[in-house]
Formats: sequence, C-alpha cells, structure tokens
Amino acid sequence: MLFTQNKPTAEVLESLGAEKNIFLLGCNGCAEACETGGEKALSTIKAELEKAGKNVTSTTLVDFLCNKVLVATRLARETDNIKQTDSILVLSCGVGVQAVSKVVDKVVHPAANTVSLGGLQGLWPSDERCQACGDCALDYTGGICPITFCAKSLLNGPCGGAQDGKCEVDSEKDCGWQLIYERLEKVGRLENFKKIRTPRDHSKMLPSSELRKTSFYDIEV
Amino acid sequence: MKLIERFKQGKFVITCEAGPPKGIEMEQMMSELEPLRDKIDAFNVTDLQSSVMRVGSLATCRLLKDRDLEPIMQLTCRDRNRLGLQSDVLSAAVLGIDNLLCLTGDHPTMGDHPQAMPVFDLDSVQLLSAVKGLMGGKDMAGNDLEGRPPQFCLGAVVNPGAEPLEPQIIKMEKKIQAGAEFFQTQAVYEVDKFARFMKKVKHLKVPVMAGIIFLKSPGMAKFMNANVAGIHVPDELINELAGVGKEKRVEKSLEISARLITELKDLCQGVHIMSLGWERHVSTVLEMAKL
Ligand code: SF4
Ligand code: SF4
Repeated sequence: MLFTQNKPTAEVLESLGAEKNIFLLGCNGCAEACETGGEKALSTIKAELEKAGKNVTSTTLVDFLCNKVLVATRLARETDNIKQTDSILVLSCGVGVQAVSKVVDKVVHPAANTVSLGGLQGLWPSDERCQACGDCALDYTGGICPITFCAKSLLNGPCGGAQDGKCEVDSEKDCGWQLIYERLEKVGRLENFKKIRTPRDHSKMLPSSELRKTSFYDIEV
Repeated sequence: MKLIERFKQGKFVITCEAGPPKGIEMEQMMSELEPLRDKIDAFNVTDLQSSVMRVGSLATCRLLKDRDLEPIMQLTCRDRNRLGLQSDVLSAAVLGIDNLLCLTGDHPTMGDHPQAMPVFDLDSVQLLSAVKGLMGGKDMAGNDLEGRPPQFCLGAVVNPGAEPLEPQIIKMEKKIQAGAEFFQTQAVYEVDKFARFMKKVKHLKVPVMAGIIFLKSPGMAKFMNANVAGIHVPDELINELAGVGKEKRVEKSLEISARLITELKDLCQGVHIMSLGWERHVSTVLEMAKL
C-alpha cells in the first residue's frame, strides 16, 4: 500500500496554469484506498476543475497506474482524446505519474503527494522511482523524479558533474537532470526549470499522526 | 575586502585555489601562498575538495586573514544540512570573512569516504538564496537575526564546457537571481568555445573568471578528458606538451598556461588558477602572461 495525500486544490490549479482541456486519470489501486485516486476522487476533482473554468476531456480509471504496461494499453484507446488535451492530471502516487509520463508525450501533473511507500510497493519497480518525499515535484520536472533520478536529489538543475549525459557518480547511469531537461524541452515546458524551486520540506516525509491512526496504515506498515 | 570591489575598480581579477592539508600542519600551505601575496587578489579555500576529508575551509580562511591574505570561503551542500550551513555562514561573518563561493559539491562517492551519507539538503541555488536571506537579517525559517546582519560578496561556479550548455546557463541565471555576484568556471582549454559561452551570457552582466588548470603532463590531460566533466584538452595542446623532452615539460606547461591566460584576458573579467600542487609556479605563469 502506498500512501498518498491530495495536493491542495490551489496548488493543482496553479500547476495547470492557463491549460484549458484537462485529461483526468485516476488510479484504482492504493490511491483509491487513500481516496486520492478512484471514482470518488475523480468526480470531486472534476467538479473543482469545472468550477475553475476548465474543460475535463476524460475521467479515466486504471486499476494500477504503477503498472506501466497496463497504463500504455489503457491509454492507447484514448489516443485521440489525449491529443486534444493540454495536459494530464494524474491521481496516483509518484510512480503512477512517472509511468504516465513515460508512455505519453504530454505534460503531466501530479494531483497527490506520496508520503509513504509502506507495505506493498507499486508494480513498476518503484522505490527506485519514488522516495515518498511528501511534496511531489513531478509537475515541475515534466514527470521525471528529481529526488530519485538525480544522485544528489537536486531541485534546481544539474550539478557540474554530468558528462555525456551520464551522472558523475556512475557513468552507466543517466544524469537525471539531463533527462528532465530533455523532457521539458520535448513537452515545451523549459520555463518550469527557469523558476527557482525552494528547498524541500523534509518534515513532509513523516506520515501525519492522522494518517498513522488509519486502519490502512495499521494493516500495511 | 569583497571581491566585487576589485571588479568595480576595473581590475582583471586573479584568484588562486588553496587546498587545506589532510592533517593539522598548516605551515607548508601558508609558505606556498606567501610568495603570491602581491599577485593574487584572493584565495579560494576549498571545502573538502573532491570529497576528500581534510582541514576545513572556515578555519583555514581565518588563518589566511591573520596573514593579511584575502580568502574566499568555498561552501558546498554535500556535508551539512541547512542548520549547519547557515550556522557556518554566520561563523564566517564572525571571523571576518567577506567572500563566499557557494557550490553543490561533489558526491561523497568521488572521494576517500565513499560510505558517507550525501546530504544535499540544499542545492547551490538554494544555498545562495539562504545566504542572501541571512544578509537581509532572516534565517531560512523566517526568524529574525539579532543585531546587524552579515554581509558577503557571493560567488558561484559554472561549467562553460558542459554539453548541452543550455541547462548550465539556465542554472547560472538562477544563481544570479539568488544572489551570485561573480562566477568562476571549470578549467578552459578551448578559447573559441569559451568565447562562444561568453557571448551567450553577455546579457547577464556578471564578472566571469576563467578557470586555469596547469597541464602537468600529457597523461593528466588525457585523464581529465576521460574523467572530468566539461573539460576538454584539445589534441594540439596534448601533442605540444608531449613533443618536448621530460626536462622541458614544466617549462612548456607553464608556457601553455600563460598563453591561454593571454588569450582569455580580453574575453572575461579575471582568471581563477587551480594550481593542484604547483603553487610555486603560479608567479612565473602570471609574469609570462604579463599580469
Ligand atoms: S517528487 Fe519523486 S519522491 Fe517526491 S513524491 Fe514525486 S515521485 Fe515521489
Ligand atoms: S550528474 Fe546529474 S544526476 Fe548526477 S548528481 Fe549531477 S545533476 Fe544529479
């Protein structure tokens, strides 16, 4: 079980900016249990987006967004629809958001913060992908996690150590910031990277006492 | 003295790297710096360079001050979280240090304690913002500092040889926005490429100091080409060095560096010399470059 919590609506709206046509994609796995994905969450966020003047082009539910193959097969049916949307708002853990950004060349936005990977991991090898930082930055980076893909978890761009696109720590490993840069360029969002991202709030990594009181948490962790 | 004052005076600024020893005997380091007193505007005291454990930058900077040599304290994000970093910045002010150079820092796996935890609580841009905040009288949590706030001249680094260059320039812009007043670069061996870089960052209007590393041997040049990000020593230079007998190597090497400095002089606002143990040759090179 992966624990996610909704990002505040204001933050989600800010990340959508001027985008008008939004494809909603929810996860029916752990996120459903956390009420951040699933049917109910989809309809809540749909109403909020419409209230803010957005056009929701689809509300699609996938059982496990962390299963990249499942995501690719399911989204293949939505190709035309996705083409016409400005971006995809993903209601899942960070692994799900990354799976989506891996299979479609569209701007993706996370609707939730991943706070704990306790219990069963996501299906796409995932603790390597998401460290449950509690303040998901995938929106800013175009769907590639800066915390796990950069050996120094840098938030404002590459260090001086990358060589030929590989990380200074391991010449076999891609530099995360090189990937992020290429991705942002591809989806036309380089301006994201020009904004200074403020330091992480590490206290967000601690599951809140409310979360710890839930039976899910009790059973899974 | 704040380094920015030197740039304002229109001076071609020269800095030199000073690496503290692994051990507590400071005499040798100090005696190597002494002859450079009148030639060098400030000394960059490295912060556990290449992630190798050694004497710290803060104490060494103060020792330089005591000898009336101007230090630039290098501060990396590798070993301290924001509590440690901010506290050391305040300590630096208390000890009279005027210049800080903020960097991300190498990963611990690059050094002699690869088992160490990499901290990187902040990155270089965030560190600059944090220091700027302290200079405005507030810590990162928004708490007021008591009394007069610290004042520094803030520097940063950029790698003009990085491929692709664009992300480096975006990050450079962010560093300026966060408070960086001058830049030092990775070692430069290709003057044309550096000139193109300078053209691209002209609009930023900050002083840039080109990095100089003495090519001690053809082997060292090849090693850097294979292992150091953004450094490329062209074959002509390697061949030039390899073409002379061993007894002439040093002389040739110094000649190459002096030539590079002369060519770079009109392109940028200063040079930063990373002598890597060849401190004794710095004066000669500067004389050869007529500086
Ligand atoms: S930024 Fe990375 S670590 Fe943080 S929640 Fe998103 S995917 Fe997980
Ligand atoms: S080389 Fe790239 S991935 Fe590695 S630490 Fe630097 S920015 Fe991060």
